[in-house]
Amino acid sequence: MEITQKIIAEFEVKYIQFLDPQGNLLQDLPNSLQDIKKVVELYRAMVETREFDAKAILLQRTGKLGTYPSILGQEAIGVGIGAAMRLNDIFCPYYRDCGTQFWRGVKMSEILLYWGGDERGSNFVNNKQDFPICVPVASQTLYAVGVAAAIKLKKEPRVVVTAVGDGGTSRGDFYEAINLAGVWQLPIVFIINNNQWAISVPRSQQTLAFTLAQKGIAAGIYNEQVDGNDVIAMYYAVQKAVEKARNGQGPSLIEALTYRLSDHTTADDAKRYRSVEELEKHRLEDPILRLYQYLLLKKVWNEKEENNLKEKAANKVQLAVEEYFGIKPDSPLAMFDHLYAKLPDALVIQREEVSRLFGDL
Amino acid sequence: MNTINLIEAINQALVYELSNDPTVVVFGEDVGINGGVFRATTNLQMQFGKERVFDTPLAENMIAGLAIGMATQGLKPVAEIQFMGFIYAAIDQIISHASRLRNRTRGRLSCPIVIRTPFGAGIHAPEHHSESTEAIFAHIPGLRVVVPSSPARAYGLLLAAIRDVDPVIFLEPTRLYRLAKQEVPDTGDALPLDVCFILRTGKDITLVSWGAMIHETLKVAEYLSTIGIEAEVIDVATLKPLDIKTILNSVERTGRCVIVHEATKTCGVGAEIAALLAEFGLTFLLAPIQRVTAFDVIVPLSKLEHYYLPTEERIIQAVKKAMEFT
Repeated sequence: MEITQKIIAEFEVKYIQFLDPQGNLLQDLPNSLQDIKKVVELYRAMVETREFDAKAILLQRTGKLGTYPSILGQEAIGVGIGAAMRLNDIFCPYYRDCGTQFWRGVKMSEILLYWGGDERGSNFVNNKQDFPICVPVASQTLYAVGVAAAIKLKKEPRVVVTAVGDGGTSRGDFYEAINLAGVWQLPIVFIINNNQWAISVPRSQQTLAFTLAQKGIAAGIYNEQVDGNDVIAMYYAVQKAVEKARNGQGPSLIEALTYRLSDHTTADDAKRYRSVEELEKHRLEDPILRLYQYLLLKKVWNEKEENNLKEKAANKVQLAVEEYFGIKPDSPLAMFDHLYAKLPDALVIQREEVSRLFGDL
Repeated sequence: MNTINLIEAINQALVYELSNDPTVVVFGEDVGINGGVFRATTNLQMQFGKERVFDTPLAENMIAGLAIGMATQGLKPVAEIQFMGFIYAAIDQIISHASRLRNRTRGRLSCPIVIRTPFGAGIHAPEHHSESTEAIFAHIPGLRVVVPSSPARAYGLLLAAIRDVDPVIFLEPTRLYRLAKQEVPDTGDALPLDVCFILRTGKDITLVSWGAMIHETLKVAEYLSTIGIEAEVIDVATLKPLDIKTILNSVERTGRCVIVHEATKTCGVGAEIAALLAEFGLTFLLAPIQRVTAFDVIVPLSKLEHYYLPTEERIIQAVKKAMEFT
């Protein structure tokens, strides 16, 4: 006996790319990037971010910074998100999002302060609304939907953007968050930084799903896959998703395909688990290199401007490092002073003990 | 006269605060049209609308995250976790984010949330519906852990919890939900957090308890009075931060202390109270501190739960033991 089944639903996952790894434009620039100056701005931000990243690793190696997670190779994702958001939107980052944070006014010295082991690095002077860096993987997606729910309730024309790694999409938090975003049609955009590695576990061991973008299908939310090494594609996709959310048309999930050219953090050694050949292959897809080549081909960039930019970026980072070095250590009493709005009586004795032992520096 | 039970007092506090503070939102599983599985949120959605009282998908960690995110945007979320046995799924959001958001941003962001959850054994509930694991939360810096033990204290403490600007875990003893009624005027007056309540004064011995065991502890105190022992009964009410001063002052007068709680013994909040009494009040003590608690076993299913819960008899024995020392 033949059993018949009907197809009741079919789904698709779209992929978008503008620039190939050689810097060739595969399709016309989107309307929002017709002004080439804006593309150059994205380039500048990526170069600055990479300069910062290299310096942060150097500081860690010389004992002047704690463990630091490099974003090498993922600059297009960070900058693309940053450029696509409005300043009064709210960003809920994880720990590989400094490219977005810098675009949104977080100071380089603050990120250094944070990884240098000082909570004040999360008290952003020029950005009061964004969340601090989130370490427990994917947990940021859950409070992010809370922020989005509040925005929707208050009918504010704002959008939440949150980022998560490929490993984070295996966590229940991620599913719970995209599920709520879908069923409540929240103004939120989820970005997956799929850099192929969760410390030592490759993407192929996280899930059998063909793409991570398709996880959005189960939640009923719009999804697409983007070349995460193509800042034009990143900017285009995120901006489209952010404005869609702002217009009340619901959440989106964007999987950005990239590659972690660095170790997981400065405490990791990727040579233990992945081949040099694999790494070298992916270096050819470098997001900065391909945009550089495009700008050269377009004749809007040259070696002189490149050298100028690199010098300026190095100076900017150096100033941030000096600012970071100049920040005096926090008082040990600060451990108590932000625990509750008002210190409970039960903690007064312990605070006095710290004061007696270490003084109020 | 407004004579109500504990669950009605919870409802009355929620109605008061929803009426008087437009930023308050109430949500959780089945809290909307169903009014909560214990009916704590009965009629709230009808009265205040679906934008302020709403059901969520079934995911506890998400409910906690939802509360945290909303709280950072000027709302006052009161989230319900259906039973304490299901709050463990939400522990990551509570510990990793709610308790420390203020500290880790040095006050830039904060988290004024209330997470209400029914807790405790003794109502013949199914597996995982009888937990008393308050010590887990009492261990966490940055949280408040509040346990009411009467309709009036449920009303006043819940108002205080909602008005507090830091995260509060609000544990409601299911065994007391409908056990007794008392007059609870709907005045909107909050009770203080971070303090113990002296429910009965006495010169001979201090009985320290909270939650459902307050019921047995008070009955024991009445009995003791008939045999010439005047017990002081303290309802700890806020387990974190702990008001040890009130307990110390009492023990200074009585010299004897029995701690009664429904949670298991090892690393229970009673252990912390006993340690603090030893640390700051050893010279007052005329007898070893006694603890009457659940045994260090997994809370049994309903057929055995009356063996698990501390009984009046066990409290009386502990008091007699403490009184033997002269």
